[in-house]
Amino acid sequence: MKDNKRVFLVGLLVTLVIAVVVAQFASSSPDGLEHVAEDQGFAGSAAGHDLADSPLAGYGENLSDSGSLNTAVSGVIGVVATLALGYGIFWLARRTNRPPHRET
Amino acid sequence: MHIPDGFINGATSAGFGVAAAGGLGAAIKQTGRYLSDRQIPLAGLVAAFVFAAQMVNFPVTAGVSGHLLGGVLAAILVGPWAGFVVLSVVVIVQGFLFADGGLTALGLNITNMALIGAVGGYAIYRVLLRALPRDSRGVIISAGIAAGVSVPLAAMGFFVQYVIGGTASISLGTVLTALLTTQVLIGIGEGIITALVIATVVRSRADLVYGAPQFTGERTEALT
Repeated sequence: MKDNKRVFLVGLLVTLVIAVVVAQFASSSPDGLEHVAEDQGFAGSAAGHDLADSPLAGYGENLSDSGSLNTAVSGVIGVVATLALGYGIFWLARRTNRPPHRET
Repeated sequence: MHIPDGFINGATSAGFGVAAAGGLGAAIKQTGRYLSDRQIPLAGLVAAFVFAAQMVNFPVTAGVSGHLLGGVLAAILVGPWAGFVVLSVVVIVQGFLFADGGLTALGLNITNMALIGAVGGYAIYRVLLRALPRDSRGVIISAGIAAGVSVPLAAMGFFVQYVIGGTASISLGTVLTALLTTQVLIGIGEGIITALVIATVVRSRADLVYGAPQFTGERTEALT
């Protein structure tokens, strides 16, 4: 039997390294859509985000004075949150939509 | 890539919201039919990986960046419907936890990234795979090209939404040209990253890759 646990742990480690370390080097330039909106003059039609004052808004940009710490904290929390929500939904999907078959 | 609140009017956003909710429900149902129990943690991990990768904006031209969409990547790893769920989970967490992407724009973003990016991108991948050798190389090349195409395609989703309910009065032709020029460049990055990740996984554990011909999955197990 092939070992999925090892794949999971290696994958999780790589994911955390991306979210905590590699994300430190992310470009802060506007992304494609933001850039087009700014260039074409419709960026101003964006409304403020309803949760703009939440603690992690903007990937924790107001958490502390350290941008790298804010990114790292946001990275870990985001990875845990997506993993948990994804796992939960997939688990439910499997529970509620199991195809009819003999239980083994 | 994430549409904020306000770009698209309320009625259009609400319409896409209802459609996206229905789509997510259908995707969850479809996923439950083929995902095996042992794949559940890995599918959750794919959501976390796409989230992490989306944090990393890479520069495309002076003053412009892009980030991985991850739709094709997720769909090849766990199947198009689970890929739809993965991208929805990412967009929902980004919107609610990090104020990234408008809450009223959730349906717009899920349509573009989950439906067009993952399910649409996967359809392109399958077509390409038919034309290429059904080995690791064929899988990797098809993955890269489909991922690359999926980015401007998802941007076209935004363009259609803008045509239907854009709140600004900028000429459509100008917006289309500007969108395509930046998104094609971002698509090149998407293609390279997707091909690299798929290559790594296919070369070590092709049996876990839903979209690879070598996939053994446990679809067979589910039938026993």
